[in-house]
This record gives sequence, C-alpha cells and structure tokens, in this order.
Amino acid sequence: MSADLVQFFTVNWLGQAILMVAQCLAVTVPLLVAVAYMTYVDRKIWAAIQLRRGPNVVGPFGLLQPFADGLKLVLKETIVPSSANGVLFIIAPMIAFMTALVAWAVVPFDNGWVIADINVGILYLFAISSLGVYGIIIAGWASNSKYAFLGALRSAAQMVSYEVSIGFVLITVLLCVGSLNLSDVVLAQSGGFWHWFFLPLLPMFVIFFVSALAETNRTPFDLPMSEAELVAGFHTEYSAMTFGLFFLGEYANMILLSALGAILFLGGWMSPIPYAPFTYVPGVVWFALKIAFLLFVFSWTKGTLPRYRYDQLMRLGWKVFLPVSLGWVVLTAAVLQFGGWVPKP
Amino acid sequence: MSDVEIKTLTMNFGPQHPAAHGVLRLVVEMDGEIVERCDPHIGLLHRGTEKLIEYKSYLQAVPYFDRLDYVSPMCQEHAFALAVEKLLGITAPERGQYIRVLFSEITRILNHLLNVTTFAMDTGALTPPLWGFEQRELLMEYYEQVSGSRMHAAYFRPGGVHQDLPDGMLDSMDGWIKQFIPVLKDIEKLLNDNRIFRQRTVDIGVVSAEQALDWGFSGPLIRASGIPWDLRKSQPYDVYDRMDFDIPLGKTGDCFARYLVRIEEMYQSVRIMEQCIVALRKVGGPVRVDDRKLSPPRRGEMKGSMEALIHHFKLYTEGYKVPAGETYTAVEAPKGEFGVYLVSDGTNKPYRCKIRAPGFPHLQALEMMTKGHQLADMSANIGSLDIVFGEIDR
Repeated sequence: MSADLVQFFTVNWLGQAILMVAQCLAVTVPLLVAVAYMTYVDRKIWAAIQLRRGPNVVGPFGLLQPFADGLKLVLKETIVPSSANGVLFIIAPMIAFMTALVAWAVVPFDNGWVIADINVGILYLFAISSLGVYGIIIAGWASNSKYAFLGALRSAAQMVSYEVSIGFVLITVLLCVGSLNLSDVVLAQSGGFWHWFFLPLLPMFVIFFVSALAETNRTPFDLPMSEAELVAGFHTEYSAMTFGLFFLGEYANMILLSALGAILFLGGWMSPIPYAPFTYVPGVVWFALKIAFLLFVFSWTKGTLPRYRYDQLMRLGWKVFLPVSLGWVVLTAAVLQFGGWVPKP
Repeated sequence: MSDVEIKTLTMNFGPQHPAAHGVLRLVVEMDGEIVERCDPHIGLLHRGTEKLIEYKSYLQAVPYFDRLDYVSPMCQEHAFALAVEKLLGITAPERGQYIRVLFSEITRILNHLLNVTTFAMDTGALTPPLWGFEQRELLMEYYEQVSGSRMHAAYFRPGGVHQDLPDGMLDSMDGWIKQFIPVLKDIEKLLNDNRIFRQRTVDIGVVSAEQALDWGFSGPLIRASGIPWDLRKSQPYDVYDRMDFDIPLGKTGDCFARYLVRIEEMYQSVRIMEQCIVALRKVGGPVRVDDRKLSPPRRGEMKGSMEALIHHFKLYTEGYKVPAGETYTAVEAPKGEFGVYLVSDGTNKPYRCKIRAPGFPHLQALEMMTKGHQLADMSANIGSLDIVFGEIDR
C-alpha cells in the first residue's frame, strides 16, 4: 500500500502534480501568515520605539489586526485612475507580489526541506529579485502620475545599484562554498556559530544587510515611497488590494532577504551550538529565529534613522559599497587561493 | 542637435501633501531631481482675520490671534494684548506679567517641539515626533488648566491674563521641567550626531546673514544666520528684562543650524520658566488690571453688587473704548517677530489691525533657499522654515 502511494506520488503525473501543489501551499500559506504577522510585529516594534502601544484593539493584544487590515483591503474598491493604463496598472502589483513569492522555491527551511533543490539557487534568487523592479517601474509608469513616476524612477535606480553590491556579496559566499546551491551553502557552515560566514565575512554581512534595506525600499532607503517628497512614491495611485499586493510583496521581500541573510551568513537551519540540547530543536525553528532577528533589525532601523537623499544613496551604493565589496571579493579569492582553502567541488 | 529641448517637469506639491505643513501649495519645476523653481501659492487658508477683527470689540478680537499660528497661540495673544495696553496706556500687574512670560515660554517650547520633530520627520526620521508630542500634550494640559482649552486659549487679555494659576501648578511645572530635559536630550541624541540627519541638513538651504536681512527674516531663522536679534533682549516687554537667558546663535545659516538654534532655545525657555516659577512663588497680587472699565468683575462680586453687574454687562456687550491712536507692537513669537499694527479711532472696535506674521517673509525665501537643490532638500527647507499656514494666510 505504502509502496503504491510512493509510486503514485513519484511516477504518476497526477500524483506529482498534487505533491507539487501541496508543497507550494506548505510554503506559501505559512509565508503569507508570516507576512501578515510581520506587519503586526513591525508596527508593535515601531510603536515600542516611539513610546506608543501599537495595534491593541482588534483581538487580544491586537493580534487580529492583520486580518482586519487584509479584510479592509479586499473589500475596498479598486480605483483605476482614468488616465492610467488599465491593464498594466493591474498587472504591476501582481508582478511585484508574484516575484516576491516565487523566490521562495529555492529556500531551504531545513535539511532537505526545499521545493526546488536546484544547483543554481543563488543565481535563481538573484534573477527573481531583479525581476521585482519591473512591478515597480510598470506601476509608476502606468499610474500616469508624476509622484508615482518619480518614485518608480528612484526605485529602479536604487534597486539596480544595490543589486550590484549584493551580487558581489553573493560571489564571496559562493567562493567560500564552491556551490550555488543554497543547501550546500548552509551545509558548508555546519559545526557551530564560529563556523558561520558572518565572522570571516563580517564586512560583507554588513554590506548585505544594508543593501537588503535598500533592495526592499526600507528606511533609510525608503526614497521611492518617501512621504515627505513623493507622497507614497510608485504606489501613490493604488488602492484596495492592488495596494495590498505591493504591501504584501514588500514584506515578503523583506522576509526573503532576511532568509537569504540567515542562509548565507548565519548558518541557515543550523543550531548555533552543535551539541545536545540545542540540536533537539528542529532546524526550521532555528531558521525562523534567525529570520526573526534580522527582521527585528529591519524594524529597528525604521524606527531610528532618517532617510537618505537620492544622490547620497547613489553615492553610498556606487562609491562605497561597490569598491568595498569588489575588493573583498578579490581578497577572499586571494586568501582562499593562497591559503589552500579552495573548496573542492 | 542643438535644438533638442529638455522640458522641465512641473509638479504640484500640495496642497494635499504629507510634507506641505498644512495647505502649502508649491508649483515646482524640476529638472530630474533638481528643483529649478518653486513657487509658493498661498491663500488656501485665508479667513479674513484682519477684516473680521475690525468688526469685533477689542476683547472679542483675542481669540482670532490663537487661530493665526495655531501651534503658538499665546505669543500672538501677547502681541495683541500689549498693543491694546499701549493704546490704553496701562500696564499689566507684575504677577500677570510673570504669568504671561511663563506661558509665552511654554508656547515657545510647544512650537519648537512641533517644528524640530516634524522637521526630523521631513528628513525621514519618524520617531522624534512621537516623543515630542507626548511632551506637547503635557504642556497643553497647563494651557487647559489655566484657560479651559488645549490650544485656543484666549488667556492673555489686554490688561493681564484671564485668571490666576490654579493651586499646585507651579510645583507640577517643576516636575515637568525635570522630566523634560532628559527627553530633549534623547531627541538630540537621536538626531544631532546622526550621520544621515547631518547629511540631509548640513549645507542645505544656506542663508547668509545678508540674505537673512534682505528677506526680512526674524526669530530662530535670523539667529541661525548669525545675527543676534531677539526682541526679548533688544526691546524687552513685560518682565523679560528681569530674565537671565542667552540667545543661541547659528554660524552657518543652514538647516542644521536652524535645528540647533531651536533646540537650544528650548533649553533657554526652560531657564526662563524656572525663573518665572521662582518669581511667581513670591509675587502676589492681581493678575489683571484692577479697573472695572477695562476688566470684568469677579463672578461673586456680581451677585451682590449692582455696579459690578452693570460693568460686566457693558464689558461683554459693548466692550471698552480705546483712545484714538496707532501702535506697532511686536513680540518675539517662537517663529520670529510677530507684530500687530493697531489703529484705533476712539471707538470700541479697532479701525485697522494689520498683522505681521513671521512665516510670511520666511516662505518668500523658500525659492531662494531651494533653487538648485534636490527635491528632498525642499522638504527639509520647508521643515526648517517652520511654516504654519494659519498665520501666513491669516
């Protein structure tokens, strides 16, 4: 019976399809719940920094607030401005949201817990996150509004510039690992937190995190939606669920980049101390904790820092991060080569 | 090739805009991110205050002054009260003057807290406003305790203030000052040495001392440009001449200097508050002139005295007549020189009341400050100018 079942799910096309859908649901449903609660936690942390209470009315401790917000967004009318390009206007948030979700296909949650264990995982992530900018550009252009247009231009420039330094960060990590597979990246860091890459590659970890802030348009790089200048940037004209998709996409992206940070530098699902009581904790819990820590830093930054100006942001990206990360790539390669630590493929 | 024309992007900044500080409408011409021209369009909050005052008795005109710059109401009442007192030839009793100075400084802190923190918000820092607003709320409770209103107090009247401080308020203010200094230091800690905040404010919107004079700057703006001009020192009114305080001066005249001047002014205001509290513990007596032709009798008195009842009736229907004459009286409001040019024709209503609002000349200079800067700097400039539309549009 069980052998039949195994065969059904591995050989039969229908079984494979069912398995695939189930796997996707197993990732996206917890992910969307996490996104919903990320908005809640974000607001709570932010409120604590600002000596407020944050959401506390809907449900106990305001725990149902994300659902109330979601319901509101779903029930509201989607307004398409009369001068907007209707089709693109609707498609843009879908692209933004979709790219934020599909990236999760290659993220390993635990040893072997990954939908697509492909050997170019990092490359895939990089490709998908570059696609995300299309949603924003299309949104800004299709809105036919000057604020949205400027926001989109800023956003595009910003995401492209910081992707370059993220790219170099990824290269240093894969130099140390010798593989583009994300599970291999984690396994290369096995054996306690002193084996994690954040120690030898500390500057790169910092650059990665700051670039992640820029990549997700978060403070201090939230220029595309800087309300002091551009009202709400590229999604000024969006309402209801079209706005909701951008919003969810933004938070899903934040979680994604935190997950990537955890995988690349904090040992993914590995327990920080590889001995008895700690190893009983399932890897996925460690992974979630590491993501939560990075997300906390995201919220913390938002509550603390002002916003860069456009040219200052560009200067930081191209004149500081790019040379530093490039230099570190060369340095890492040299150390690996001459220290005899080049990983065996 | 040469006839390729690059069109600038013309954009409406406001009046519905999160950084417009009210109903500012700017028509901005931009070349990419660079602001080529920014043209303030005003008048969206025009209520005809000056004309309305011509149809009101002198006492009825007081509440209009609260509604000019609605973040520093009492300082404007102060200007009007002093102007009417000058025409009437009276001075407020000593205790009343101390109370007015005390509340003028509370108003200054109210105003600067709002401005400094929302300025930080214009540069993207979202936390300081919340910290500052908590303190503002505490201060507005003092407003409420003396006048019954959190904002539109109508507390300073020609001839003094409306009523004496409630019991225990001075002790409560001592307590407030003790907890306020750490909060202000926290806000400074968050912003002063913050690299991003400095990058956003240092050398942005530089106004030289000469330009500041040319554009008619006053208040913290002219002091940030290095000119030690403060009406509280140069032409002291009420008991400011007995107060010991310093005028903070900026050297550079940029947004950061304006920010620092305002922060330091809050410390100085606290100093003045402390001196007023000490003085008020000693100085007793009435808080408004004891002249029944100008200031209404107490309610208890009215129950037993026919004359008191008549005085009350006359004061609150007809008001009092002010001898013919004219005066320009100015006070150092938190935003700058707030002046009232009052012409009386000997009746119970002003013939003309021209209001000199400090924000008006400041807003004019926005284009000069912003031209050639980036769009984001325009927000910072608007924030550092401390613009409130109630007084500009009047």
